[in-house]
Amino acid sequence: MMTQPYMFEKPLGLRDTLPDAQRAIAGLENVFHQELRLWGYDFIQTPALEYAETIGRASAIADRELFKFLDVEGHPVVLRPDMTTPIARVAASSLRKQPLPLRLAYTAALYRSQKKEGGHPSEFKQAGAELIGDATPYADAEIISLMKTILEKSGLESIRLAVGHVGFVNAFFYDIVKDKETVGQLRQLLYNKNDVGFRDYVASLHLPEALAQRLNAFIDSRRLNNEETLKYLETLTAGSAPPVRSYYENIAELVKLLEIDHLDGKFDLDMTLVPHLSYYTGFVFQGFGGGLGFPVASGGRYDDLLAKFNRPCPATGFGIRLDRLMSAIKSGGRNEETRKTAIIYDRENAGRAMQFAMQERERGRSIVVQHVDGIDDAKAFCRQFETIKRFLNKEGTGER
Amino acid sequence: MNESVITVAMPKGRIFGDACRLLRDAGFDLPATFESTRKLILDLASEPFRFILAKPVDVPTYVEYGAADIGIAGKDVLLESGRDVYEMVDLGISKCHMAVAGLPGHSRNHPFLKIATKYPNIASDFYRRRGEQVDLIALNGSIELAPLVGLADAIVDIVSTGQTLRENGLVEIEKLMDVSSRLIVNPVSYRLKKPVIDGIVEKMIRATEGTKVGMD
Repeated sequence: MMTQPYMFEKPLGLRDTLPDAQRAIAGLENVFHQELRLWGYDFIQTPALEYAETIGRASAIADRELFKFLDVEGHPVVLRPDMTTPIARVAASSLRKQPLPLRLAYTAALYRSQKKEGGHPSEFKQAGAELIGDATPYADAEIISLMKTILEKSGLESIRLAVGHVGFVNAFFYDIVKDKETVGQLRQLLYNKNDVGFRDYVASLHLPEALAQRLNAFIDSRRLNNEETLKYLETLTAGSAPPVRSYYENIAELVKLLEIDHLDGKFDLDMTLVPHLSYYTGFVFQGFGGGLGFPVASGGRYDDLLAKFNRPCPATGFGIRLDRLMSAIKSGGRNEETRKTAIIYDRENAGRAMQFAMQERERGRSIVVQHVDGIDDAKAFCRQFETIKRFLNKEGTGER
Repeated sequence: MNESVITVAMPKGRIFGDACRLLRDAGFDLPATFESTRKLILDLASEPFRFILAKPVDVPTYVEYGAADIGIAGKDVLLESGRDVYEMVDLGISKCHMAVAGLPGHSRNHPFLKIATKYPNIASDFYRRRGEQVDLIALNGSIELAPLVGLADAIVDIVSTGQTLRENGLVEIEKLMDVSSRLIVNPVSYRLKKPVIDGIVEKMIRATEGTKVGMD
């Protein structure tokens, strides 16, 4: 099917990052690094290629979205589709002896083969943090606050968070329908955001009227404000067995913690939120803002993932999509200093020019040193610089 | 995405009249010229609402990307496009159904059934679930023509009254699903403009209570 590519073409869904965009990305990465360091998180890196049987399977990204091929020994390998899974592997193996909780962070390019359409690149940068070994809602609150702080410091406006709890959803559904497959169907419909389909499916189950009503009321609970949602949950879980009741207590505690962090009015407690169909087991959340139609950040608690690497251990974390964050920030990201000075020199003045350049660079200025004979179009060249300094014998060469 | 205005993507064509009627029932003060204008963007004078008029199949795209906050789209279009949007209310308008149709007594002489359709994803999904392999031929309109001229054995298309099928000598072979229009919402818009959108959803639910009949 594929025709001969044009020389400038890249594989489907991949793109070049040009200087302006790269400066904006570097600016955002600076914000991430600084903030994560301030919160005591350590950065790690993992390889871009991983085995399909380990990371590929554990990451729970749909198979058709994986870039999968064979390495020289014939093992199926994938380009990493997420960072949470490789970090879980590191925490469970190389960092096995480290005392818990672990606080780890990363910025990395991720790869997902996506549809042929704008806004869905196959390679994108993500920055994130994982808090491993702490099962309390205080860990979730830290992760959510950290994510919000980074989004704020990146310059994102009108930030909103949505917070749900997959563990609660599963337990609540199971309590009503008593069948794992049906729970899966209901959860899938929440993931698809298909309220109409959810109600139709509930009707098709022929449950006793009161139970069907409980499920439909659950969908309607999205429209409640946080206080009402908590009341609704309290009523739902009153008299429930310990796991369900403790979910409610954790949710109430998290809401309190987020309010302490001045998030009230900025986050929406929404029990119907199922943003992923992967390894999440507890709290799940998404971050929105600016003028973008897609979420810029997401995350959640994944208490079962590390067990796949033989170190059963609770964990929670978030990831921020840099490409989306850039589009969501009105100015396109905080631009790094772009002002540059050009020094144009000739043979006789080379020494003076170099010395001047060195001094200016010591002061932190960005200096381009250019021999006059190497310039083709002097006007076009000079236009790129804020200041031009000439070290020339002949007047008027390299003119403005 | 404008923060103080709600942008509504409206489907031009067949569904448009029904959708306007429903919006008026829900209390929206649409101008009398709304249905006759050729403008593609219309702002309401009385409320911070902006309506954009798009081709029905494009409504989910505008909403998914956030160019519109909410939209009215047929279930057929939603299923076919698989866009990541909230499908919040079954509006119960522009009801029809998706069906397989063909010439009566037609028998094929090739190994796979040839199906012409505007809905290749829906048709493919339908036959895959049944474990039947078919050849799909994507068309953009006048699908009924395909079996008449031997391009396909049957079609998968929406049927409202069945008149087009009858007039062209085709019969309905099997019903796939009921179709009606839905209120869809961009997931980010919902978070950023929750109180307003929740208000619209409630109004629309009330307005549809008269028109709605349960799915069978």
